[in-house]
Amino acid sequence: MAEDIKTPAPPPPEGEKKPTADAAAATAPPVPTRAAAPAAPAKPAAPTKPSGPVPLPWTSPMVEKYRSQYGSALEGQTYLGQNYLRVKNELIPNILRLRRDEEKFDYCVDITAVHYPQREKQFDVVWILYSFARNERVRVTTQIADGASIPSSVSIWTTANWLEREVYDMFGIQFDGHPDLKRILLPDGWKGFPLRKDYGILQQDKEWVQINLGIESGQ
Amino acid sequence: MSAPTKDGTNNIGRLEASGLDRDNTDRGVGPNKGGGHDLTFENPDKTYLDSNELIINMGPQHPATHGVLRVILKLDGERVLGAECVIGYLHRGVEKIAENRTYTMFNPYVDRMDYVAAVSNGLGYCEAVEKLLNVEATPRAKYIRVILTELNRIASHQLWLGTHALDIGAMTPLFYTFRDREEILKIFEKYCGARLTTHAFRIGGCQYETYAGFEKEVQKFLTFVAPKIDEYEALLTSNRIWMERTKNVGVISGADCIALGVTGPLLRASGVRWDVRKAQPYAAYSEFDFEIPIGTNGDTYDRYLVRMAEMRQSLRIIQQAVNGIPEGPIMAKVPKVIKPPVGEIYHSIESPKGELGYFIVSDGSTQPYRLRVRPPSFVNLQALDIMVRGLLVADVVAVIGTIDIVLGEVDR
Repeated sequence: MAEDIKTPAPPPPEGEKKPTADAAAATAPPVPTRAAAPAAPAKPAAPTKPSGPVPLPWTSPMVEKYRSQYGSALEGQTYLGQNYLRVKNELIPNILRLRRDEEKFDYCVDITAVHYPQREKQFDVVWILYSFARNERVRVTTQIADGASIPSSVSIWTTANWLEREVYDMFGIQFDGHPDLKRILLPDGWKGFPLRKDYGILQQDKEWVQINLGIESGQ
Repeated sequence: MSAPTKDGTNNIGRLEASGLDRDNTDRGVGPNKGGGHDLTFENPDKTYLDSNELIINMGPQHPATHGVLRVILKLDGERVLGAECVIGYLHRGVEKIAENRTYTMFNPYVDRMDYVAAVSNGLGYCEAVEKLLNVEATPRAKYIRVILTELNRIASHQLWLGTHALDIGAMTPLFYTFRDREEILKIFEKYCGARLTTHAFRIGGCQYETYAGFEKEVQKFLTFVAPKIDEYEALLTSNRIWMERTKNVGVISGADCIALGVTGPLLRASGVRWDVRKAQPYAAYSEFDFEIPIGTNGDTYDRYLVRMAEMRQSLRIIQQAVNGIPEGPIMAKVPKVIKPPVGEIYHSIESPKGELGYFIVSDGSTQPYRLRVRPPSFVNLQALDIMVRGLLVADVVAVIGTIDIVLGEVDR
């Protein structure tokens, strides 16, 4: 479990606040660390890695508080000025509920997923959250394996109903406790989950025209 | 155009013959007030009569559903107990297409989602990719983007007003709004050669410099359309039939909107003063002075007023942008082959329908690894069920119209 959660730039497990402050201070002296413009945190990484900006650890009282509670099961990062939390999937319902109740992230903007077939835990499930009170966006990301299920967040945000149905429709990810988990955009009898990377468009098309139109290929 | 008010009243006067219950107190607004509805048919509201519940199908081929929306209505006589949307008839797999196209090649596809506000779609996509590339459009490009996007917002609201009023039975506004929307489409056509699916912007700025006389023409449009908006309002705002059909219809509270993720004019009509253009400004919006109109009751009438006020605010923004448009290049320094570094980004804009977001994951190649569109119409449509409960069947048409969905965006 612990190794799956690692990301390109794993922060040191303890005292992560100091290295960031040092790094930011060393590379961008005139800019105050917290109020940096979106482009500013990207610059420090440029000299070492010409390929582009890298995610930096995200330090805030909120992340510190969660880390003291959950330890390494949770990790905050920031990329191009956008903050996100990577959490283990066991924590998912708790963290999401805390984010709404304690941190006032009362608006669930979107729920989606990304498929990485080469990974052991194939799917990233992403919640994009927004807080009206703080005017702040944050993403919560977790990894789950193919065939595993994840607790539904419909009881936290009503809007999750259709959003989770779409994730199920496109990726085949099961949400436990969803009131009505069925396909939403595709017909009920559809085979496969189109946004998985191993889903071939051409085979699907071929099979459909062979059955329905009686021709060899639609291409 | 003599006496437009009288003209309009005469046209929609036919509604009175429809024989529906016109008593405001018997509107069944009770179940719509307050929160805590579940979105399933598990707990239908109590039936008014001891008649059998009736399930009827509306759409997908129905003129009032604005495309291919199918609604399964659960009825008790004329009262709606619940509505379930069946969508996906226009699904084209846009997100899968994106994974098989380069960033540049995918740009025209986004216009096919919300095709009545194609410029907004393009703006959101270009800005998201720019953010991923860590570049910014030039000041002049930003101003051109704001002018065209706000023109498109007016065009989208005009189309909404015309069709929404037509659904309710007022035919005249349709002709007025389409007549005036034409002027906006002409500006688009002159600028980029297309009227609807404009593909007006490129990653890093704009493809085309404005044509000679662009500012003058936009200016002319502003002076032309301001009295026209008054004209639409003269037809409808204090029209008794319009008010009877829209007031206290489809009420949704601000708290329900937030729980349902509803954004755009719907959220603002319920009293939440929130607009992405103000909350997290993009393009050049932080440089302009404009207000966010809000409503109080969260009903269909307030949403109408909010959209009318928004059109006027858009005129204000365009006026400031035309006056202050800076000189300079229209394209930022963007590589010919767009290859964003590994990473993921979410960027959203205020489209005419609400928050339109793009979540893009890059693996460092020329094609997006994953591109997710957060469509405002899709999320807003989910609120239909709680908005129509307790209303009459004829009001369902009004509520579908007031949500302002475009099925191309709902189904993608």
